[in-house]
Amino acid sequence: MEAFDNFWAVYSNLVLTLGTNALLALSIYLTLSCGMLAMANAAFMGIGAYTAALLTMNHDAPFALALAGGMAAPALAAFAIGKPTLRLSGVYLAMATLAFGEVVRIVILNTESLTGGALGLNGIPPATQWWHVALVLAQVLFCLWRLNRSRVGRAFEAIKEDDTAAGLMGIDVAGHKLLAFVLGAMIAGLAGALNAHLTFFIGPNEYGFDRGVEILTMAILGGINGLLGPVLGALILTLLPELLRSLNDFRLVVNGLILVLIVLFLPQGIWDPARLRSWLQRKGGQA
Amino acid sequence: MLEQQLVNALSLGSVYALFALGFTLIFGVLGVVNLSHGAVFMVGAYAALQAIAHFALPLWAGLLFAFLLCGGLGLAIDFLVLKPLRARSAPHLIPMIATIGVGIAINSTMQGIFGAENLRFPAGTVSEESLSLGGLHLTALELGIVLLSFLLMGALMLALKRTQLGRALRAIAESPKAAYLLGINVEGLFYLTSFAAAGLGGLAGVLIGLYSNALFPLMGQPMLHKGIAVIILGGLGDVRGAMLGGLFLGLAEVLSIAYIGSDMRDAVAFGFLFLVLLLRPRGLFGSTQERKV
Repeated sequence: MEAFDNFWAVYSNLVLTLGTNALLALSIYLTLSCGMLAMANAAFMGIGAYTAALLTMNHDAPFALALAGGMAAPALAAFAIGKPTLRLSGVYLAMATLAFGEVVRIVILNTESLTGGALGLNGIPPATQWWHVALVLAQVLFCLWRLNRSRVGRAFEAIKEDDTAAGLMGIDVAGHKLLAFVLGAMIAGLAGALNAHLTFFIGPNEYGFDRGVEILTMAILGGINGLLGPVLGALILTLLPELLRSLNDFRLVVNGLILVLIVLFLPQGIWDPARLRSWLQRKGGQA
Repeated sequence: MLEQQLVNALSLGSVYALFALGFTLIFGVLGVVNLSHGAVFMVGAYAALQAIAHFALPLWAGLLFAFLLCGGLGLAIDFLVLKPLRARSAPHLIPMIATIGVGIAINSTMQGIFGAENLRFPAGTVSEESLSLGGLHLTALELGIVLLSFLLMGALMLALKRTQLGRALRAIAESPKAAYLLGINVEGLFYLTSFAAAGLGGLAGVLIGLYSNALFPLMGQPMLHKGIAVIILGGLGDVRGAMLGGLFLGLAEVLSIAYIGSDMRDAVAFGFLFLVLLLRPRGLFGSTQERKV
């Protein structure tokens, strides 16, 4: 038990970060599974983190309320920008959401009276417990699993394959895209709110382009064919920097190379049930 | 006062245009949003710095070195990453994601080698003289930036419009397959485009490095974001649009610094970008074209 206590004292932050990263990867998985590359998840995470942190710090709100606020604010933002933005497709959507992310970062940076500007928010109460993260992750996984098997999930898949065809089949393409976008923003905001109450400090630059790319890398690395892919991707990308500590400044090089290599050689990501099945069958055939 | 602002806007805007030119060229010809262009830009600045500070080469040699080195880098990226994806005819977004990875790898390699702190060009790299014309001040550097940028842009425009090569490139931009059937060496021109685009990006890096006199490994990131704004303003893949978009962004930024405050300078670019995307997704200067399945 003592060994565990020691382990926990050293690594609890890492384990909890793992949980919030898994949530972030799932949030971008949701829009990707609807065929949209939206790069605003880091911004939604930031909106959630700031909303929740301001609620607990300035208004003494209970933690549950702060988390709810941290989900509601990015969902509202996503709803507001979703309608015009989601008309765009492909690279245009990616760039518009990237630009939205920058606008959010700059606004946070410049509303000093509320957000502390570049100095960020200090002294956020560390309210996040390990079971909060575990519970939330389990709930989100369960909801997404149910969603995937529902009519809505099948509509997402149809839109991902071909949105014109999906529209012709009578699926409300714009509505479903907006739903995926808003739900993704909610999950990202929740992750941000949990993370803010874990790290004591948040600043605007944590929610910029780099974070957005990291989130995307987790999902692409793991694969977006199922729910396990993003979680697996988050696991690897969270642990990797710890394992590569000896490389110091060159650590991020590995992240970049992973992204390139995955795209080149494992386009479906690491978790690819079809490939695993074919491997198993080949082995079975040889025996 | 306003005239002076316009002069400043011209030199800033022409560097943006130069950067965006390579960016838009790659999109126009290869159909790839190359998000490693910012990293290439930074490598250009460092290459010139090394050439000038360590090998005591003159400025023009530093510029040439940066152009060639970045061109080679662009070629390598094309050969190692984009070509295999082309061979697989991967959808649009896949190469874009791959170039994000390339950008991260280059940025952090440079950070590992040169450290994260700001570096400067040695004093006297550019002459300190300035030109005064009827109350307007134009430093030698600003003049050089504007002249070089316009020279390169003009040359590129002429080449695209008038030469056989340019016609072949425009044919590829329409449809690589049709161009191939017409006997155009498509792969070869892809390489050439990657080389030239990265070279231009590298030159823009040197010019911005001289202009702001602060080189750091992540200097390409804000530039990349602005480049995105510029080519969307001008219409993706549109060379003339990238130039006008760059000048426009320079103007918008300088005027917003002068009249609104420097805090909001970056918000201006992205605010515009956002508006343009919502109102005219094909860009301010782009021709509208509907794509149907």
